[in-house]
Amino acid sequence: MAVQNEITYAQAVRDAMREEMARDPDVFLMGEDIGVYRGAFGVTQEMYREFPGRVIDTPIAEAGFVGVAIGAAVEGMRPIVEIMFSDFISVCFDMLLNQAPKMHFMFGGKVQVPLVVRAAAGCGTGAAAQHSQSLEAMLCHIPGLKVVAPSTPYDAKGLLKSSIRDNNPVIFLEEKTLYRTKGLVPDHDYTIPLGQADIKRTGSDCTLVTYGRMVPTCLSAANTLLKEGISCEVVDLRTLLPMDKPAIFESVKKTKRLLIVHEAVKTGGLGGEISASVAESDAFYYLDAPIRRLAAWDTPVPFSAVLEKGVLPDEEKVCAAVRELMG
Amino acid sequence: MNKELASRLLLKMMLIRRFEENVQYYFTLGMIHGTCHLCIGEEATAAGTCLALEKDDDMFATHRGHGAAIAKGIDIRRMMAEIFGRSTGVCKGLGGSMHIADKDVGVLGANGIVGPSMALACGAAMAHKMRGEKRVAAAFFGDGATNEGIFHESMNLASIWKLPVLFICTNNTYGMSTHISKVMADTEIEHRAIPFKMKACTIDGNDAELVYETVRAARAEILEDPQPILIVENTYRISGHSKSDGNLYRTKEEISAWKEKDPIRTFAGRMEAQGILTKAETDALWAEADEKIRAAVDFATQSPYPKVEDLYDSVYAE
Repeated sequence: MAVQNEITYAQAVRDAMREEMARDPDVFLMGEDIGVYRGAFGVTQEMYREFPGRVIDTPIAEAGFVGVAIGAAVEGMRPIVEIMFSDFISVCFDMLLNQAPKMHFMFGGKVQVPLVVRAAAGCGTGAAAQHSQSLEAMLCHIPGLKVVAPSTPYDAKGLLKSSIRDNNPVIFLEEKTLYRTKGLVPDHDYTIPLGQADIKRTGSDCTLVTYGRMVPTCLSAANTLLKEGISCEVVDLRTLLPMDKPAIFESVKKTKRLLIVHEAVKTGGLGGEISASVAESDAFYYLDAPIRRLAAWDTPVPFSAVLEKGVLPDEEKVCAAVRELMG
Repeated sequence: MNKELASRLLLKMMLIRRFEENVQYYFTLGMIHGTCHLCIGEEATAAGTCLALEKDDDMFATHRGHGAAIAKGIDIRRMMAEIFGRSTGVCKGLGGSMHIADKDVGVLGANGIVGPSMALACGAAMAHKMRGEKRVAAAFFGDGATNEGIFHESMNLASIWKLPVLFICTNNTYGMSTHISKVMADTEIEHRAIPFKMKACTIDGNDAELVYETVRAARAEILEDPQPILIVENTYRISGHSKSDGNLYRTKEEISAWKEKDPIRTFAGRMEAQGILTKAETDALWAEADEKIRAAVDFATQSPYPKVEDLYDSVYAE
């Protein structure tokens, strides 16, 4: 029987990095205030002591240090870059749009970019419009990138290890409100392949496709709905690019109803992509109700706690949407 | 300057000139599609710089990168095939003129975006330094790139982390059509190294020998004592910016004056005057360049086109 420890999401991320740095001397870490400050969200903690010279505090120059990480990756290193808030991807976007994801392709396959960009994403912290966004759809629009958004400590550790070992640039979105959540993680080395969804709960009446922070929200909603006799299946995508569409289709064929839930704004969000993919597949013929998307309002994230809660999906809204789908 | 080095420098410059002239010709015939940024007139910056590097050194080029790639040692036939969009191209037809690359000879890519070459080169230099390798990275960029934020971020990072990187500014005085005097309060690009406490120099980029000696010395220095150095190579783009260029921003007199400073003719003339190469020998080098480029065009035009069915296999690495 494998030993399991209850640890936080933040520790799971940290343990994945520590273990990979111990097994591979090419792995190193760069970012703003990840050394003695211990990281803006306390993810890196004492790593700068454990790995001298391999946990590098950078100037506030995201384009510069992400570019440096890409150059080092091209030369065979495996850098992990921390972007303090995923919103700051805006100031290094050339690197994540035109450079890292294109080099393997446009250089005819001779160059690899084994880079991980970790970024704290999502809202719920009252940090307002420039520190709360969910930008995954924009990133999933870039062939050559991989985009990961784990919801549990177990998934975070296993997926981060796979991301570090992957030979492509991976954007690893860590939900900042999940950092302190706890879960069981085995103490042996394990990885979770990128591109595989996980059925977090099986059910027969309605499929909830979601990821990141909305996974616990959907699981709570599923509990509530079960008491009303509605059985929900919760599909956690875990990796957003490449997306495990077969897992979605299979679940939809079983439950015949689909609700997509994400924290990102609705317009141009992944809900549209998922919905269209189902509509284009044979799963469409199984649907007993129209596909439904539940997402944040199409506004910047507001500051006031009342407003922030107001624009976001929550358990109550998920329950209401499912009830409507059940007709 | 010994005979062997003089011949190598001259041949590289001649190959670049003939390569560009042929690209221009086949472009005009409609046999090459897309766009091309030619470096006619700037051959000494490419040849002098890249011959001063070793094969293991990394070189990151600009959108005007044909010359640097040729000088660094890329296979000319496969590079020509790339520009013709063929499957035998150095990038299998996926990159084209603006993304010429071959990691095997340290050509880590021309770049369609102005500026990022500098940060990427810093990263390669960081990898070399972390592994204790005796290699350097060089980043080419133009005068225009020095107004980009990434220039200043990269200069700062290289300086504080003491990265063995050579910043090679090919200053042709025009960002596309815009003269540096319109976009810089101080047009001495070398001065931009001062706030970063970085060594810098400005040289005649049309003097292949001077470029070679300067870069060679800088390379030795940063291997001994890891640090970045900025070298501003003043030169001039005789060719237009790209196919859309109507030369409305400069005079015929200006272009003619710079043609007098043609880097190939001046270098060949000096080598002949100094008795290092004979006229017959420089003529033979032209003939060799002609023959190699002709063979490259033959190879390219006889090569098959890539298949679109295979494209998805190229997006991600294993």
